[in-house]
Amino acid sequence: MPARVTVEEVERVAELANLELAPDEKPRMVSDLNSILDYMAELNQIDTSGVAPLAQVTELAGGAGDLRTDRVRPSLDRAAVLSQAPETDGAFFKVPKVIER
Amino acid sequence: MPTAETFAEKPKTLAELRSDLESGRTKAADRAASYYERIAALNPRLNVYLSLAKQRALEQALRIDGLAAKGDPLPPLAGLPVGIKDVLVMRGAPATAGSKILEGYHPPYDCTAVTRLEQAGAVLLGKINCDEFAMGSSNENSAYGPVRNPVDPARVPGGSSGGSAAAVAANMAVATLGSDTGGSIRQPASFCGVVGVLPTWGRVSRYGLIAFASSLDRIGPFAANVRDAATLLGVIAGHDAMDATSSEQPVPDYAAESDQPAEGLRIGVPAEYFAEGLDPEVRAQVEKGIDALRAAGCSIKPVSLPHTRYAVPVYYLIATAEASANLARFDGVRYGYRSKSSDTLSAMYRNSREEGFGAEVKRRILLGTYALSAGYYDAYYGKAQQVRRILAEEFLRAFAEVDAIVTPTSPIPAFKLGEKTGDPLSMYLADIYTVTASLAGICGLSVPCGTTASGLPVGMQILAGHFQEGNAFRVARAVEAARL
Repeated sequence: MPARVTVEEVERVAELANLELAPDEKPRMVSDLNSILDYMAELNQIDTSGVAPLAQVTELAGGAGDLRTDRVRPSLDRAAVLSQAPETDGAFFKVPKVIER
Repeated sequence: MPTAETFAEKPKTLAELRSDLESGRTKAADRAASYYERIAALNPRLNVYLSLAKQRALEQALRIDGLAAKGDPLPPLAGLPVGIKDVLVMRGAPATAGSKILEGYHPPYDCTAVTRLEQAGAVLLGKINCDEFAMGSSNENSAYGPVRNPVDPARVPGGSSGGSAAAVAANMAVATLGSDTGGSIRQPASFCGVVGVLPTWGRVSRYGLIAFASSLDRIGPFAANVRDAATLLGVIAGHDAMDATSSEQPVPDYAAESDQPAEGLRIGVPAEYFAEGLDPEVRAQVEKGIDALRAAGCSIKPVSLPHTRYAVPVYYLIATAEASANLARFDGVRYGYRSKSSDTLSAMYRNSREEGFGAEVKRRILLGTYALSAGYYDAYYGKAQQVRRILAEEFLRAFAEVDAIVTPTSPIPAFKLGEKTGDPLSMYLADIYTVTASLAGICGLSVPCGTTASGLPVGMQILAGHFQEGNAFRVARAVEAARL
C-alpha cells in the first residue's frame, strides 16, 4: 500500500505556499495531494532511463537557447510602478514589520 | 436552442472592414461607437467584458480616421475592434487576471502582442473576462462571474479564454486575444463556434502575459474565420527583445500560406483521441470534417501516439509546479490586493493570498508546491519532464509522416453552467485532447466543424509541427470551406 499524504504534510505545504487552509478545506487537499501520488504511480510505469528532462520545448524546435547579452537597459518608470503599490513612501514599498517580538 | 438576439450576426471579415474604411463608407470612430453600443446591450447577460478602454479606443479610431481622410495608406488592422483577455496587460487599463488579488491594479506597461495589434491600427475595446489566472475550462472560475456562451447563454463558453471566444461569437469584437496553457484557446473556440489559434511556444512574445505556467503559456488570436486568424497571428508573432524565449524564426505571411489549397497534405488521425467518452455527435461532425479533407485531396492515415494518456499526469505536475512559482509574486507587497489587518509581514502574505485567491487557484498552488518541495522535486517534477520529452518526441515522429494531425477539440460540446459534466471519462479525454500539444510545444488551432443536432458548435483541432502554422491554416481553410 503506497504512502499517502498526511494532514501534517498538507499543512507544511500550505505554509511553504503562504496559504492558510480552513479546517474544512484540509480533507479535500489531502485527497488532491494524494492524486499526485496516483499520477506518479502512473508515470513510474514508464522507463525514462537515459531520457533528459525537457524544460523548454525550444530545444526541440531548433531554438538556440542562448542567453542574451548581460547589458543594462532602462526598466519601468519608478513612479509608474509605485503608483500601484498598496502603501509606499515614494521610494519604497511599505509593509508591516518583519519580525514579531 | 440558439437565441437570435444574442447571436445575431458574425463579424465581417478583415478585408470587408478595411474596404469599408478605405472607401469612406464607415469611419473607425463610428464603428468603435457601434461596437460599444452592442457591448452595452449584450454584456449584462453574457458578462464578456470586465472593463472598457473607451478613451484609448477613441483616440486610436480618430487617428485612423485622420489617415483615411488624408488618403494615406491604412495599416493592416486599421480600425479593427479587438478585445483583450484580462491576463494580458494594457497600460492604464485594469488587469485583473479574473482574480480579486489584482483588483484595482493598472499595469504601467503594454503586452507586446497588444502593442503590435495597436501599431497595426487595431482599436482596443477593453479587457475580457476569463477564468482566474487562466486556470479553468469553463470561465466559471472568474472572481467576476461566469461568461455565458452566446450560442446558448445557459451554457459555458469554455475556458479559460471563454470571454475571448464569446466576444467573437457574439460580435462584441471582431477579433480577440486569448491565452492557452492546456487548451484555453482551443476549447472555448470549439464551444463557441469560432476559430482559435495556438501558436508554437515561442512564436508570440509572452511579455505582458500574466504568467500561469511559463513553459506552456502561449498568447493567440480568436477570429470568426481562418484567414483573419492567420492575419492576426502574423501581426503579433515574431521575436521580442523583452521575451528571451521568443523565437528568432522569421514570420511567414500566414494568410497567404492559408490561401494555398490543402491538396496533397498528409493528415494523421490518432486512434487514441477517438476513444470511449467521445460524444457520438462530436465524433460524427469531426468525421465529416475528415471526409471534407479527403475530398479536398488530402491523404488520411492513422498515426500512433501511444503515450497520450500520460499527458494528463505530466501536465498536472508541470503546470501546477510552474504556477506555484509564478503566483508567488502575488503577496500584497507591490500591487493588487493587500489584506488590511496584518501586523506582521508573513501574516500579510498569508492573509492577502488567502483572501485574494479563489479556491481553484489555491488548490493548484498547493499541488505545485508539493510537487516541487524538497525531497520530491526530482521524483515528481523531474520525472514529469522526462515523460514530457517522450511525449514531444512522439509528436515529432508523427510529423515526419504527416503534415497535420486532426482530432476533436473537445470530446463534448458546451455543457450547462454549474454542471461540470458528470462523466469522468469525458473530462479525462477533454484534458488529453489539448494538453498533449501544450506539452510538446507544437502549434494548432480549433476550427468550427458544424454543430450538434441541437445547434451546439463542434470544433476540429488541427495540430502541426513546431513553426508549421501554415500547414494547420491550410487544413483549416479546407474544413471551413466545406461549410459543415
